[in-house]
Amino acid sequence: MSLEIIEIILRSIYVSGTATLLSAVWSLPLGLTIGVKNFYGKRFVKGVFNAFLGMPTVVLGLVLFLLIRHAGPFGFLNLMFTPLAIIVGQAVLITPIMVSFITSAVESIDSDIRDLAKTLGATEIQASLAVLKEATGGTLLAFIASFNRAIAEMGIAYMVGGSIPGFTMVLTTAIALQRDMANIELGLTLAAILLSIVFAINLTLNLIQKRKP
Amino acid sequence: MRPIIKLEDVTKNYADATALDHVSLKVKQGEIFTIAGPNGSGKTTMLRIMALIDTPTSGEVHFNSVKIGEENRSQIRSKCTMVFQKTALFNTTVYKNIAYGLKLRRFSKKEIDERVKDVLDLVKLNGYEKRLAKKLSGGEQQRISLARALVLDTELLLLDEPTANLDPKNMSIIEETVSRVNRERKNTVVMATHNLFQAETITKRAALLLGGKIVEVGTAQEIFRTPSRHLASFARLENVFSGVSRSLKEGTSLIDVGDGVEIEAALRKSGKISVFVRPEDIILSRKPISSSARNVFKGRIVEVSDLKSVVKLRVDAGKQFVVQITKRSFNEMQLNVRSEVFLTFKASSVHVI
Repeated sequence: MSLEIIEIILRSIYVSGTATLLSAVWSLPLGLTIGVKNFYGKRFVKGVFNAFLGMPTVVLGLVLFLLIRHAGPFGFLNLMFTPLAIIVGQAVLITPIMVSFITSAVESIDSDIRDLAKTLGATEIQASLAVLKEATGGTLLAFIASFNRAIAEMGIAYMVGGSIPGFTMVLTTAIALQRDMANIELGLTLAAILLSIVFAINLTLNLIQKRKP
Repeated sequence: MRPIIKLEDVTKNYADATALDHVSLKVKQGEIFTIAGPNGSGKTTMLRIMALIDTPTSGEVHFNSVKIGEENRSQIRSKCTMVFQKTALFNTTVYKNIAYGLKLRRFSKKEIDERVKDVLDLVKLNGYEKRLAKKLSGGEQQRISLARALVLDTELLLLDEPTANLDPKNMSIIEETVSRVNRERKNTVVMATHNLFQAETITKRAALLLGGKIVEVGTAQEIFRTPSRHLASFARLENVFSGVSRSLKEGTSLIDVGDGVEIEAALRKSGKISVFVRPEDIILSRKPISSSARNVFKGRIVEVSDLKSVVKLRVDAGKQFVVQITKRSFNEMQLNVRSEVFLTFKASSVHVI
């Protein structure tokens, strides 16, 4: 396998992995809050996140493009055609998945756990962490499903990443490029690699679900 | 003695119902206090407010004479703990379940190990540290919940129906443990129950809660031995008879309860009346016994139910009476269904409802 291909694989994993972690920064507290708190409009909020689960990546890519292009409101950040642009885009893309998965994982935990932690001396934050800990299986599921969606998407990577060889080219955009260059053999190899990654992740996901009592 | 917890005119409203309706109550330091009442009377809500995990809609809660507010709630909350009726466990080992509260209180690993071991001995589950809590039986799970609360040695221990749905063995382990920690460590215990027998055996003072209101407070003796209409409205009283009473010149009354049965009661009341006799106050014998007791009836056993240490018998003596005797007496007297027996009880064992 050429060094170039290995680089593309590693970049894909790095970009989508970072996007997953970045998204977790806001998705975890968001999902936890929606899961444990009862507030007015809770069903509406959950509905909105569910609706965005199937967001077409190319639409989001276009919106992001308009925002970060030189003339756009965030043009001054000089994000256009950088790995960071893809990371941010993918993090936004997977937010609905993460929030929805974490919300339902937290909701599936006995509501008593929160009260239980509090009667044993936990503060509000410690009690929420206890709930999250109980929801570990579902939370892992959220991470894996999110990473999966991120690494398999192309719209954002293409629109704001630009698929620059050696800089922003990831597996999906590389496959598309091989097709454009009629390099079917390499395209198939890359496709096989992407599929292996996705399958491996799905396998892990299944194992985790099986282990859940 | 000063109260450890005091509720002052506490009301708790939920969206569609009032769970507690202007409740005031003081629980003294070091006592075992029972809140008795039927399901839905507000017992759990009251405990949750005392545990400081729910806030009253109106009214005040004082803990050790300190008024509870937003600013001190979570700090004071660590001085009490609660065991829920529905067993709640963290999905991990017994050890980690019990250690949770100690870790929050920053105990050292060594101290935690020791305390967990001691408390498991106390609830008779020694050696269970590494077991998965959720794989244990219902009774064992409830004992783990109790252990997890006891290990914290808090000033106040709140128990919500701690023995509901448990078998007699698990039930007695929990009762013994609660009595023991109260006796030895002087922890105050507030227990909600609809099991009056339990309330009477392990507590000194009690309150009767009906429809979110406290209808009676007093010693367990006062409340459970002289049952009122309130108590009768939810407690499963046996040997309840209604009839017409007429006063006798001896100062007692004779109540005609129908089917040729007349019960003499140590009270002066005439007219329509409802009375009851406790199953354990009735003496059962093969032959008539000579005693001062005013009520003697001859009947036949129609039903026998074995309740581990005691046997409950249903005796037809014109009216049906439920009698409770020890298993030993039952065996010694060689009783069985259709045995002919005599029932004897004092006029003073007849209580008006």
